[in-house]
Amino acid sequence: MKRRDFLYLTGISAGASMAASVPVFGRMISVEEALTPVDVTLKKRLADVALNAAKTNGASYADVRIGRYLNQVIATREKRVDNIANTESYGMGIRVLANGAWGFAATNNLDQDSIAKAAKMAAAIAKGNAKIMGDPVRLAPQKGYGEISWKTPIQTNAFEVPIADKVDLLLHVNSEALKGGAKYINSNLFMVNEQKYFASTEGSYIDQDIHRIWPTFTLTKIDASAGKFESRNALSAPMGMGFEYMQPLDSEKIKGGPVTLYKKRYDMLEDVREAAVHVDEKLKAKPIAPGKYDLVLDPSHLFLTIHESVGHPTELDRVLGYEANYAGTSFLTLDKWESRKFNFGSKEVQIVADKLEPGSLGAVGYDDEGVKCGQWDIIKDGILVNYQTIRDQAHILGLKASQGCCYADSWDSIQFQRMPNVSLQPGNVPLSAADMVKKVEKGIYMFGRNSYSIDQQRYNFQFSAQLAYEIKDGKIVGMFKDAAYQANTQEFWNSCVQRCDQSDYRLGGTFSDGKGQPSQSSAVSHGSPTTRFNGVNVINTGRKLG
Amino acid sequence: MAILSKEEAQAILKKVLSYAKADACEVSLNGSDGGNIRYARNAVSTAGQIDVMSLGVSATFGKKTGTATINEFDDASLQKVVKRAEELAMLAPENPEYMPPLGPQTFAESLTYNANTAAMTPETRADMVAKSLGVSKAGGLEAAGFLENSTRFSSIMNSKGLFAYNKSTNVSFSVTMRNKQGTGSGYVDQDFNNLSKMDTLALTKIAASKANGSAGAKAIEPGKYTVILEPLAASDMLGNMFRGFDARSADEGRSFMSKKGGGTRLGEQLFSENVNIYSDPLNPEIPGSTWSGDGLPITKTQWVQNGVVKNLSYSRYWAAQKNVQPLPFSRSIVMEGGNQSLEDLIKSTEKGILVTRFWYIRMVDPQTLLLTGLTRDGTFFIENGEIKFPIKNFRFNESPVIMLNNVEALGKPVRTGSGLIPPMKIRDFTFSSLSDAI
Repeated sequence: MKRRDFLYLTGISAGASMAASVPVFGRMISVEEALTPVDVTLKKRLADVALNAAKTNGASYADVRIGRYLNQVIATREKRVDNIANTESYGMGIRVLANGAWGFAATNNLDQDSIAKAAKMAAAIAKGNAKIMGDPVRLAPQKGYGEISWKTPIQTNAFEVPIADKVDLLLHVNSEALKGGAKYINSNLFMVNEQKYFASTEGSYIDQDIHRIWPTFTLTKIDASAGKFESRNALSAPMGMGFEYMQPLDSEKIKGGPVTLYKKRYDMLEDVREAAVHVDEKLKAKPIAPGKYDLVLDPSHLFLTIHESVGHPTELDRVLGYEANYAGTSFLTLDKWESRKFNFGSKEVQIVADKLEPGSLGAVGYDDEGVKCGQWDIIKDGILVNYQTIRDQAHILGLKASQGCCYADSWDSIQFQRMPNVSLQPGNVPLSAADMVKKVEKGIYMFGRNSYSIDQQRYNFQFSAQLAYEIKDGKIVGMFKDAAYQANTQEFWNSCVQRCDQSDYRLGGTFSDGKGQPSQSSAVSHGSPTTRFNGVNVINTGRKLG
Repeated sequence: MAILSKEEAQAILKKVLSYAKADACEVSLNGSDGGNIRYARNAVSTAGQIDVMSLGVSATFGKKTGTATINEFDDASLQKVVKRAEELAMLAPENPEYMPPLGPQTFAESLTYNANTAAMTPETRADMVAKSLGVSKAGGLEAAGFLENSTRFSSIMNSKGLFAYNKSTNVSFSVTMRNKQGTGSGYVDQDFNNLSKMDTLALTKIAASKANGSAGAKAIEPGKYTVILEPLAASDMLGNMFRGFDARSADEGRSFMSKKGGGTRLGEQLFSENVNIYSDPLNPEIPGSTWSGDGLPITKTQWVQNGVVKNLSYSRYWAAQKNVQPLPFSRSIVMEGGNQSLEDLIKSTEKGILVTRFWYIRMVDPQTLLLTGLTRDGTFFIENGEIKFPIKNFRFNESPVIMLNNVEALGKPVRTGSGLIPPMKIRDFTFSSLSDAI
């Protein structure tokens, strides 16, 4: 057995590690350094210095985040490695509430004087902001948890797998692509480990160890005589998991449809082999005739529609206007929620926010203001029933506690409201995707994320897919090209008529959801089963250049 | 600390290189110092001040390169970062596309630094935001905005004797004004190197006027319309197109610049004859760096002349493959126009739509550069040379390549982002559906 096959099957292999090339996040460190965590006693001592200095400088409340953010990126192209980066960013952010306003300062010099100075600066900024603020900040009550910890339940720490083995795997993926006739293949592996320590003047000292992984590729073929090219991206999902995600398991595959689908284990080699065949089909696909179609949307595609049309408009800071100058506001205004009658979607639409779901990108024990995480309904039986809140917003909804949606992408970024995992629940009636397709007369079966765009209040959107199969009289008869669907959010979710059952439920997600000024990135998952939407407007996006 | 002079940067870089044992070594030293204020609902929400400096070392043995970075600058740290880069290089795979460092080059002195901007304080920012908030409060509107300034330096040196240094300043301001009923919205977004050109009061008044003027928008049918794109909207469309001026992706057959049957569309008439685009880092309105990250001089370059593609950008590696001179791209883009003002363009329009800006633009088809996105913050119906009424926002599906084949008229270019872009009158622009968003 070749070493890369051994790695592929077990995920663990011995071998010399190598690291090279350009860092993309923070400071470049050796692989060995990444595996040595910072001592928790030291973190508590540093946090107390900051909390005490904040109180001395007039803070009515303060919290401290000591963050160590490790990132590893391996990027390859055809037969060569483009980039290997192993980086660390480490420092402390201090948030202070004084005179009813927030102030924030951060430092990467973790000596006593620098920490005290940063805490004093945060308090001074808070007092300065107090003079030009609106209403004073009202924090939902939050008990201190004492000294506790939480860890993503991983089986294999991806940072412990030798880089040489990961390179071998990606180059094997590339060689399979080239064998399948690909002209170009880019494959990448992204790994993240957030080691976060949170402490507050309310008596919480929370140590968390969070892991994420994302394998992906883009395979391209060229039809030079026709002057055409087509690509297909991986149908993997970024996950809140360790390297075990990279080890295929038959029980985590769904076979039998036009595409092999993956739950919590991914088979990158199998996916790239299928992609090579799919791109041939894409090059020969027939242009779609615009009109109304019934859409059968696979979770690898639907997650992004959920993210844009349900996740974002239910962010309370957008609803209130805090994102008006950048990400936008929301059509889901407070009066719609207060009425308890706003018909967001059909009765099939059951959307749950969940900060705990195993394997998801958003799963943490506690958020970045020390609130224990949980789950709650956002859309119940099609009706808008809740939003996403943090501690200084909870009172607006009459909630007694925050929903734990606070996040900062780095120790030197200010934490603010970010999206939890927002997922469409599976149906209660047993139904497979294959059986769903059988009932569709004129439809499109879509897989994978592609182009996506939605307005600043989240009414009008347009999405396209990696693969769009034509369904005719209950059968898949071929592939369409240039298909994109356009809809209004409320109309779209009211056209939701059928969901597959739990056995088809899968997570999709994004590693880099942007929001805020200066912009911050966050990672979030969206689960769903394969779901059917009737009579959606589909356009043809094909054009000709002169 | 973060902003070093040319001599200070040079001294550190020389010291770092003196520790190197590799066949070749390239060192970069960069720093920035700046701050920001964010506001929403007519009150300041967050404010911050950030000061950072970092050093990167790339060491190469043969074709094996290792890179390491550090943000400490004592002698021991400088030695450590060189050693780590060299250790990583020994472990790295060979890079078949490795290019040896360039020798010394001559660079023009840039115009990117302005002392007034560099002297900005948290108080300067607060005063500028207070002026903006004054407009919203007096006008019964709600403001959300962001003001940010920075001073940066960047420098590189290599073991072949190349040294380059640049110092720059930037101040950027954007504000969204909305009426209290949420039925009207306006926006401005402006960047300058020179603080004295930034007038947050005047800019906020423009956004306020758009917010009031766009209230009560009527729905009109989607379809093909003559549009007048304000420079911000025009710039949103063009930004996506300039990425396609890369020779390698064109040669590889995966770009709108690829030619059927192989090769690129260099030399072809790809746009209307009135389209002329060049870049010039020494244009005082849009000053840019006069050298690229890999040490090549950036000089005035014509990209499109009378609609013909005159140049594509070549990396050093790709230029060597194709036996041509390398040519870096520049962000200091000028699209030439005429002397007409936006008002003149409106006056000459029998029936059309005025677009303030676009939003959420995404690539739909890289083959044709088809983009989708929406209008935002002020869309108006023009009839018989006058703005008649505000209209509801549209989604568009259009390619900037097709758009630049349908140019009716170009106005006087103004600074937008880092470029000089004219307002444009374009026929047959494709709007595909209505949006209720305001």
